[in-house]
Amino acid sequence: MTLQLKPPTPDQFTSRLRSPAVAARIGLWLGLAFGLCFITGLISHYAQLPSRPVPFPTSPSWGYRLTQGLHVTSGLASIPLLLVKLWSVLPNLFESLPRRDPRKLLLTVLERGSIAALVAASIFQLATGALNAAQWYPWQTFSFRTVHYALAWVAIGALLLHIAVKLPIIRDVLTTDIDATIHDRSSATTPGPLTRRALVRTTFAAAGVAVLATAGSTVPWLRSVSVFATRTGEGPGGVPINKSAQAAGVEESATSSDWRLKVVLGGAVAGSLTYDDLRALPQHTVDLPIACVEGWSAQGTWSGVRMTDLLRAVGAPTGRDVDVTSLQQSGAFRRTTLPANFADDERTLLVLDLAGEPLSLDHGFPCRLIAPNRPGVLQTKWVSRLEVTA
Amino acid sequence: MRTRLVLGACGVALLVYGALLVLSRQDPGQWFEVGVWLGVGVVAHDVALSALLISACFLGSRWLPLPWRAPAVVALVVWGALTVVSVPVLVRAGARADNATLLDRPYAATWWAISVIVVLLVAVAGLVRSRASRARPTSSGVGRVLAWHLVPRSEQQKHDAHDRREQ
Repeated sequence: MTLQLKPPTPDQFTSRLRSPAVAARIGLWLGLAFGLCFITGLISHYAQLPSRPVPFPTSPSWGYRLTQGLHVTSGLASIPLLLVKLWSVLPNLFESLPRRDPRKLLLTVLERGSIAALVAASIFQLATGALNAAQWYPWQTFSFRTVHYALAWVAIGALLLHIAVKLPIIRDVLTTDIDATIHDRSSATTPGPLTRRALVRTTFAAAGVAVLATAGSTVPWLRSVSVFATRTGEGPGGVPINKSAQAAGVEESATSSDWRLKVVLGGAVAGSLTYDDLRALPQHTVDLPIACVEGWSAQGTWSGVRMTDLLRAVGAPTGRDVDVTSLQQSGAFRRTTLPANFADDERTLLVLDLAGEPLSLDHGFPCRLIAPNRPGVLQTKWVSRLEVTA
Repeated sequence: MRTRLVLGACGVALLVYGALLVLSRQDPGQWFEVGVWLGVGVVAHDVALSALLISACFLGSRWLPLPWRAPAVVALVVWGALTVVSVPVLVRAGARADNATLLDRPYAATWWAISVIVVLLVAVAGLVRSRASRARPTSSGVGRVLAWHLVPRSEQQKHDAHDRREQ
């Protein structure tokens, strides 16, 4: 006996549930989720640019927390939607090519190519995004940030093209009853175990469950139901840690008595402050969220020295961008630029205390930056140097 | 038609822009791995997951009694999707000894507990629906509600007509 493995033909798929009427209804919400994910992703990348044509606003302070929470949530909600959407159109994968007619063949190959780009980019984006949220980087060579950004354009472009190609079918099936058979394959006649309506509702329920199970990383009142969230939200001062002092290699330098905060102005050191010098300056307290690109966020009560007070204390002008450098020796974000509108905002602090306690080493002791509406990766920890740009 | 052309042209432009971004911001060694991962995702879905689902549906249609199928499908969609979403935390490959605030929930135990509950729910729904389908005219309560949500519309109409006649 020989086992022959050959791909199935579309006619072998007989379920009524594999219908454009199902695909379009799920696809509509999947498209909206992708749109939301794309726009919030662009906002996140814009917020991280070293310089921008239009300044990123400092208010509302929770803006980035909201957009990045939506980014990760809409991405995770897309996973069930994408899986059932692809299931409903799977027979099309095995459609044979119109070999006789060269024009038709070319169009079919182009359309199939765009679908391949859409499916490959969509799966890549959702999978790498979910892995990044859990800080799991199984790839060896490429940069997650760069490729996730680039392939977002591929996914959205291929999605627009796909909608353009399918628009007449989408219109037909969305304006008729879900059980209508106008664009069904002729073999799709066997009733499924569920109605089409029940399958679509089940899929939406699955997306809802996926959101509830994970969104507690950023929505505090969901913490108890978000059993698969990447974090409980616990941590020193009620704030989780993204990168520990050990991982950053700063345990020694951050606790050394030689630590100074250097403020550089016009290439020369204008001030060199000890920890006690910082404590002696007027202290202020702000309630601000810290919101990470990985999608988790937490509200903290931060106390320390206002950036504007510090700059004035060393005679530096305001209205300038400030380069903030960390003690950590490597990492793409060891040096970041604090734009002038953030440096001048009175909520922007060099933090010494979190929740009334001195900063823990993992939260950035001796001092860290906190500013409103700013990605967590730019809220530099273990600050050692501020340079006021010309 | 004009809408479609404009939409399609915008799509092609964004797609090409994205492809150029990959090529210009990563070097050829990195392109290769990006390509590998794009391919792995498609194969994992189109071959592995699809074959698994086709087999599961085939077995279900052979072995599961009719009243059990709808609850089984609902459970498979919700539980399956939840499982896929939770793979990164279940594997815990990103966990670090120096950071106790990351991946700090009992994910595997929770997943097992949820899986057991899902199996029990399917069993309860299947039994209730089996009984309801044998004694339809007097069925009520939970069985009635489950049956209403999970039975095809055409059958519901038949039952409704039946119920009306009873009254």
